[in-house]
Amino acid sequence: MAVSRTHPVLIAGKYLALLGYLSFALFPLYWLLKIALTPDQLVYSEGTSLWPSSVTLSNFSEVLFQTDFLSYFGNSLTVSLGTAALTTLIAAGAGYAFSRFHFAGKRLLIVVMLVTQMFPLLMIIAPIYKIISSLGMLNSLTSLIVVYTAFNIPFATFLMQSFFDGIPKDLEEAAMMDGCSRFQALRKVVFPLTLPGLGATLGFVFTAAWSELLFALMLISKNDAMTFPVGLLTFVSKFSVDWGQMMAAGVLALVPSCLFFIFIQRYLVQGLTSGAVKG
Amino acid sequence: MGRFANRRILEMESKPVSLSLTAKRLPGTSRTGHSLYWRYMVEPFLYLSPAILLIVSVLLMPLIIGISYSFQSIELLRPFNTGWVGFENFAKLWSDRKFWLALDNTFWWTFWSISFQFLLGLGLALLLNTQFYGKKLFQALVFLPWAVPTFLSALTWAWLFNPVIGPLPHWLTALGILSEPYNIMGDPDLALWGPIVANVWFGVPFFAITLLAALQSIPGELFEAAEIDGASAWQIFSKITLPFLAPMIAITVMLRTIWIANFADLIYVMTGGGPANSTQIVSSYIFTTAFRKLDFGYASAIAVALLGILLVYAVIVLWIRKKLVKI
Repeated sequence: MAVSRTHPVLIAGKYLALLGYLSFALFPLYWLLKIALTPDQLVYSEGTSLWPSSVTLSNFSEVLFQTDFLSYFGNSLTVSLGTAALTTLIAAGAGYAFSRFHFAGKRLLIVVMLVTQMFPLLMIIAPIYKIISSLGMLNSLTSLIVVYTAFNIPFATFLMQSFFDGIPKDLEEAAMMDGCSRFQALRKVVFPLTLPGLGATLGFVFTAAWSELLFALMLISKNDAMTFPVGLLTFVSKFSVDWGQMMAAGVLALVPSCLFFIFIQRYLVQGLTSGAVKG
Repeated sequence: MGRFANRRILEMESKPVSLSLTAKRLPGTSRTGHSLYWRYMVEPFLYLSPAILLIVSVLLMPLIIGISYSFQSIELLRPFNTGWVGFENFAKLWSDRKFWLALDNTFWWTFWSISFQFLLGLGLALLLNTQFYGKKLFQALVFLPWAVPTFLSALTWAWLFNPVIGPLPHWLTALGILSEPYNIMGDPDLALWGPIVANVWFGVPFFAITLLAALQSIPGELFEAAEIDGASAWQIFSKITLPFLAPMIAITVMLRTIWIANFADLIYVMTGGGPANSTQIVSSYIFTTAFRKLDFGYASAIAVALLGILLVYAVIVLWIRKKLVKI
């Protein structure tokens, strides 16, 4: 654009702005890592200096082997992977129906799905608690998976629909002319082409489930069923002076989201662009 | 989870056109050997039924039950005090000073969060729409906060504002904003800024992604033509970029407003609504009433009130939008 050909002052300003955004985005994460690596005895004397004078991994090993974080981590992994797999499977079906069929009540269904994304989710926290406790399913990871799956289905359905919309109908129609049933055509022709879409949906849902806190707080109270956010909050309120360990746990919580983020990063702008251009 | 809402709306708005097109392109029903009834009434629902089942049983039913709760007294700590009470919860709400304070806080929380998120997000999108060295890596790094789990963003910022282990109080003192390095989240006048800053950090990438997508859909010839005609950078921005982005901006801001007003996680983790309810917003008030006091009837009444307010807001915005589009 115009900026690149004009004043050197403008170019300097541009790189200064880039640097500003970069440090705003990364500084908090750097700080998290820094305190996690600072040895316990130095936290109070060097707590606010930019670099630690020495570095240790003992906070990480203590968190991993002397606390319950490994179990929280495992629970969160179960819930997030379970939610991601179940949501993607169900949303793929629904997204396919939205993309390929013209059916009774389609518009109503789209409106209902949009509305579920707009009302305050906290509104249903009390009824959900009552229902799940009357089923005797409190403190169970299964109930969390079911609840999270329902939360994520509307968004995942629209995402999957946009991926199916991008695959030409002629492909499956040709397969159906050759004698495949619709489901066979879906499985053999369409499914392999949507793999990137399925991957992106898995990633989005995984990150959403990984970071959900309030419903997990409400539904889980037993230590051995706690997910990572609930466990970390309990840890913080119990041992609020053990900064190094808390931040080491925080860094560990960041790892799975970052991995998935790197994976879905390239779909972000691309996916949104195709959604926006359509209109 | 509501991070993507605006995209859905955009797709929804483009739907009628694409629907009528697909209807015309549908292959003859005889090709698949099934009746019209099968294709329109049965087959789609084979694919849809699990989704419909879950949405109805986990979202819609509880929503209706939740509305009915607002007319009942349901306190888990007082199990014999249960029953229908008519509008009693709402009467209590009307005279609840905490609720009005929370409403006021919700307004400022939403207003400042969205203003900063939007302005910084627009700046970032404009930067990312130019060419520079290392752009791919830069983009991945500045979008990273968007992937950080909410509870972790909240804890990280709470720690940054803590004078023992965080640098921010010391920097603010050095700049003369604070008289001495103390935790602003303990000060009722300043406490709301803690969660707001965390929210801005977390939300800028979302606006940048959305606006960047919109920017990239502006036809490049427009910029070329403007440059040939000798337009300045500011003229290009105000005469081409902004008018093109305006509809996208309007709908994104409207949807994010609703989402942020509902967004209780940051506040709950960072301040728990304190000190002295100075950071309590309506949605965090719902959560603390349900979770800490286990008073489900009153929590549901607050939730119904919030739903009503958001509905009125949405209707007003849609009405304004309709007026603007007509002109």
